[in-house]
Amino acid sequence: MFTGHKEMERFPSNEVMLDLIDLKKVYPTPKGDYVVLENLNLQIKKEEFITIIGHSGCGKTTMLSMIAGLNEISGGKISVLGSSIKGPGPDRGVIFQAPSLMPWLTTLENVMLGVKKVYPHATKKQKLDICKYYLHKVGMDNAINKRASDISQGEQQRVGIARAFAIKPKVLLLDEPFGMLDSLTRGQLQDVLIDVWNKEKITAVMITHDVDEAIFLADRVVMMTSGPRAKIGDVLSIDFERPRTRKAILEHDDYYNYRKHLIDFLEH
Amino acid sequence: MKDSIIRITKMIGLGFLEPVIRLIHKEDPQKNIREIFRKIIAPIASIIIFVFLWNSGANALFNSLSTSKIEKARDVGGDKEAERVAKLIQSAKEKLNGEFIISEDPADLKALENNNVYAVAIAKEDGSYDIKSGLTPAEKKEVPVTLPSPFQTKNAFYTLLIDYKVVRANKASFKEKTFEMNKKRVANGKKAITYTGRPSFVDQIKTSLKTVFAGFLLALFIAVPIGIIVGLSKTLRGSISWIIQIFKPVSPVVWLLLVTMIVTTLLRNSDSDSSFIISFISVGLCSMWATLVNTAMGVASVNTDYINVAEVLKLKPLQKITKVVLPASLPLIFTGLRITLSVAWMVLIAIELLAQSPGLGSFVWEEFQNGANDSNSKIIVAMFVIGLIGFALDRIMLFIQGLISFEKETI
Repeated sequence: MFTGHKEMERFPSNEVMLDLIDLKKVYPTPKGDYVVLENLNLQIKKEEFITIIGHSGCGKTTMLSMIAGLNEISGGKISVLGSSIKGPGPDRGVIFQAPSLMPWLTTLENVMLGVKKVYPHATKKQKLDICKYYLHKVGMDNAINKRASDISQGEQQRVGIARAFAIKPKVLLLDEPFGMLDSLTRGQLQDVLIDVWNKEKITAVMITHDVDEAIFLADRVVMMTSGPRAKIGDVLSIDFERPRTRKAILEHDDYYNYRKHLIDFLEH
Repeated sequence: MKDSIIRITKMIGLGFLEPVIRLIHKEDPQKNIREIFRKIIAPIASIIIFVFLWNSGANALFNSLSTSKIEKARDVGGDKEAERVAKLIQSAKEKLNGEFIISEDPADLKALENNNVYAVAIAKEDGSYDIKSGLTPAEKKEVPVTLPSPFQTKNAFYTLLIDYKVVRANKASFKEKTFEMNKKRVANGKKAITYTGRPSFVDQIKTSLKTVFAGFLLALFIAVPIGIIVGLSKTLRGSISWIIQIFKPVSPVVWLLLVTMIVTTLLRNSDSDSSFIISFISVGLCSMWATLVNTAMGVASVNTDYINVAEVLKLKPLQKITKVVLPASLPLIFTGLRITLSVAWMVLIAIELLAQSPGLGSFVWEEFQNGANDSNSKIIVAMFVIGLIGFALDRIMLFIQGLISFEKETI
């Protein structure tokens, strides 16, 4: 539907990683059922980075937590590489809005918690190397033995990114991961995220409120209509070359067209 | 250096010394002098005011009681008798509020001739003491017994201290005397003879602490596991909450009676110390509710983000509990344990008093029944000791909580 010729080049396998089919979510209330999502269809290819924007309360987070398996599906189907999901699992890593590190563990132990689970047969040294590699990637080498409660929120979210990538998920789900940070830290963390992602190429779905962030990170920006009965309103392909730099993108001719497109949709 | 000293003093509950340390290091004198006033001088002033009020209250009670005693003497024996009683009371009062002399020199016994000496204790070679009271039998007979003044309480404290040393010396000499005999008895397969004399005040404190720790451990081992299970399962919470709601407010006395019913039946053929068992089980049952409720609440209200992380990582149920749920609810569990320990200490006194098991509670009750001149003062001493120990126990718990818990600044 929204495939362009550039996309064919960028995703050579063209394999569908995540498939949402007629997804529906209903919350029963005393006044009758409240339908949050209905007839929501979205196909995400392998190695694709998707950002989702939409108004507050439209059901973005609901959709993401359904993909994560943390929220029950009322109707329709979600499949990863063709097989339906059953509950949460480490094949779908999540970076939450709050860093949600265990404050009683060190940053290393926080990452290790997932690594131990995903690589049960690796040696201690191998596991440690994996953790250290990702903590290095997010620039936290100097704080591996600090307790999560002793580092700043930005640093905690860095560790959150390391934790999510370290378990090598098939799909990475990000729920406004930088929403609670100041704009300077947010910029830094976007760079960290895209840096790690460029190496790993994990299929990513990210919710954001920030139009610039959505364009900078995404291959496609998915716009959701306002609830109730929210669905996909529009999809915008962002055809910038990767790897991208912020400066190059801000100076690109298409940038303001993309931006205008998104803002028009949101203000519609 | 300075910061680590401050951290340590704070950790052991001496945080009020912080401004002094900062002042020594010449840091912001004006602010720290103000802090010293607020944290040290003002509390000391409040203690002085408290002692002053206590003293004047005790004096007022003493005077009103002595006036009526003198009037009664006048009714019975006329003015002469009244004058005699008034004189005795006056001199007794001076002595009661007077000095307590502890010395090694028998010559100090002469101090008893002064009018302001409560008692003299002369150390003997074996560590025991000879105590001579400054009050004559006649004075003892007439002196009114009411709320003791701070000075009387201080003297009672010394009396108890000397008494402790006397009992300790007695025990030592008893051990020495029976050492050879006990050796033979044990060799012949008989039980050794143990000291069965009067316990000292310190022995009572030790017994009480032993009972309260046994009770606290019992509460810990019952309440924490049940709390976790109840917190994890909504069904169980619903089905068990009536037990908690009904039994939580039950008075310590009733628990004691209930435990007595069960324990005396179970131990009818045993010669073990049932009063200790009864009191520690009762203490445990009275005090465990705070921990039970807090643990269940803590476990049930673990931040959903942490639970989600555990779900995404597909941790096994046991891992989920040990790695996520327990650490996350530790602050609340500890708050519960702190309440449990303070409740345990509080009900312990009442339970010992009723169960006739040795300890501070029975000490207080025996002194009250005893009705000697210094009984009331000893009760006040016991009151302060009970309060201070309770305070210390709470501080210890706070210290441990600070070591284990991930949350900073818990007070």
